[in-house]
Amino acid sequence: MSAVLAAVLGASLAGCSATGGKRAEERAAKAAQGRAAVDTPRWTFAMVTHSGDGDTFWDIVQSGAKQAAAKDNIKFLYAHDVEGNKQAQNVQAMIDQKVDGLIVTLAKPDAMKDVIAKAKKAGIPVITVNSGSEKSKEFGALTHIGQDEVIAGEAVGEQLNERGRKKAVCVLHEQGNVGHEQRCEGVKKSFKGELQNLYVEGTNMPNVQSSIEAKLQSDKDIDAVVTLGAPFAPTAVKAAEQAGSKAEVDTFDLNAKVAEALQSGKLGFAVDQDPYLQGYEAVDLLWLYRYNRDMLGGGRPVLTGPQIVTKDDAKILADFTKRGTR
Amino acid sequence: MSAPATAPARDTADERLAHRSHLRRLLGRPELGAVVGAVAVFVFFSTVADSFLQASSLSTVLYASSTIGIMAVPVALLMIGGEFDLSAGVMVTSAALVSSMFSYQMTANVWVGAGVSLLTMLAIGFFNGFVLTRTKLPSFIITLATFLMLTGLNLGFTKLISGTVSTKTIGDMEGFESARAVFASHLTIGGVDLQVTILWWLGLVALATWVLLRTRAGNWIFAVGGNSDAARAVGVPVKGTKIGLYMAVAFCAWVSGQHLLMSYDVVQSGEGVGNELLYIIAAVIGGCLMTGGYGSAIGSAVGAFIFGMTSKGIVYAQWDPDWFKFFLGAMLLLATLLNAWVRKRAEATK
Repeated sequence: MSAVLAAVLGASLAGCSATGGKRAEERAAKAAQGRAAVDTPRWTFAMVTHSGDGDTFWDIVQSGAKQAAAKDNIKFLYAHDVEGNKQAQNVQAMIDQKVDGLIVTLAKPDAMKDVIAKAKKAGIPVITVNSGSEKSKEFGALTHIGQDEVIAGEAVGEQLNERGRKKAVCVLHEQGNVGHEQRCEGVKKSFKGELQNLYVEGTNMPNVQSSIEAKLQSDKDIDAVVTLGAPFAPTAVKAAEQAGSKAEVDTFDLNAKVAEALQSGKLGFAVDQDPYLQGYEAVDLLWLYRYNRDMLGGGRPVLTGPQIVTKDDAKILADFTKRGTR
Repeated sequence: MSAPATAPARDTADERLAHRSHLRRLLGRPELGAVVGAVAVFVFFSTVADSFLQASSLSTVLYASSTIGIMAVPVALLMIGGEFDLSAGVMVTSAALVSSMFSYQMTANVWVGAGVSLLTMLAIGFFNGFVLTRTKLPSFIITLATFLMLTGLNLGFTKLISGTVSTKTIGDMEGFESARAVFASHLTIGGVDLQVTILWWLGLVALATWVLLRTRAGNWIFAVGGNSDAARAVGVPVKGTKIGLYMAVAFCAWVSGQHLLMSYDVVQSGEGVGNELLYIIAAVIGGCLMTGGYGSAIGSAVGAFIFGMTSKGIVYAQWDPDWFKFFLGAMLLLATLLNAWVRKRAEATK
């Protein structure tokens, strides 16, 4: 009987892929799923970011936040808008709903100032994440969780020195983003060689590739390309191949493709700010604050990066990037 | 089939003198479809989102509507006049940047910067209108060019002058407080916090409605949008009207820009891209025809209100924001279909 069953199962599974696909994803999701570990009331925490539509980075932040929310018995809400005034409106909408805690980004700090004051007045604790560590305390947030962009940039510059690079290009994919400017500034600070900025249109991948290609063709001395976001690193690798350049590609942030490229040696290194941790810690700290009035770091910024990821680490991280938590 | 009996009598009467009942006149209004849509959206979010009906939530919704609505008014007028302006979104950012940087760099009173900004914006509006009427190229091309140029200028100038991509703070400068009172203050009415932009919005809607329905300029706008050759033939200053409409867009961009600047006192140079479409969407939902010659200012306000309710309603309903654009698109399609249907009914019963 059992042999027949096994044969039938075997036959029905013969047409399936043993690797990857939806099933692997579901298995990973199941492994990552949590159940509430506490019996505190079901508080509602809201996160409002400056993310654009469909940004992979913020998916990872959200998956961290949702994981902590599941564990802490929290109802988690999310809203985003790239424009400062609309982001502020979204925060206001969350205050109107009388949420029990707020997580906001300060990419456009001046737009957020008033609305954070309002949240404080309404008795809603606020934690800032990702960007805006310098304004967080001034605006009255409990703490800031994220990476200092200048420090992250400096880490990249030092790594470039270590690798003996002389001339690098910093590829900015979003003109007008303060955080991006700070990253390149940081690289410039610690990098002993020459650093040039290159603006590309991040929403248009072919344009990114052709711009980097043109840059590498026009200057054969360039031996390093630094992209500011993980999705742009593989494109930069392609551009370097097309241009016949020997330049090493390095990047800020991590994703599955970057981990893979690190392993195969196509990428030099990545500097990771661990977005998962930013979401997870923000929700968890808000819970700790409501439950026990705890605050990590005495209200000083809690840094989630920079971590330099090279070929050696990439192997372990590859699995985590695939399930979308690194 | 009693038509044969009444038909001869109708032929003898002048149809222009026919009396139209109030109901029929109401049915003929361009914004009727939008009002029906707005009521539907309002009822919908009132039922699915618990916190939507709170006074504070409604004031947030009104604020979101007003920031779109202030621009939707002149954009609607322009569409009635048969043209588009794709530079309207970025022009708002330009207006804020010019004010802020002029005041800061010259250490001038904030109002001086605002004045310079107004003149600059009106010049850009004049440029749009002038090039359009001179070259007779489609407004799509002209204002797309202006849109691209302004986007570049915004970033380029700001980086050149401030060294970073955002401007420096002008919050501690003379004139800032009074300027903030005009463009970005709050009023508390019955315990509810209302942004002053709502007043600007309502004021502009009232002004535009008066111009459209009660003045000669209003007739010109309808005539120019309906058939510009016929309008020219009967002596309507077609060029002047179009240039004037573009300058009206520029003026409102200035108002919006000053609001952005005064409420946050620092401006990010990369913003505003894509908003021009929101203004056009508001005008279209509100009953403006893409082909010109038809529409209303009140309609644009209703369109902006629908937009504000949808964008914030999704937050109040605690939905996944990934779906927002879908709802907006569906709303646009439904509103336009509803408009077309209502208009057809109204014309059939005339």
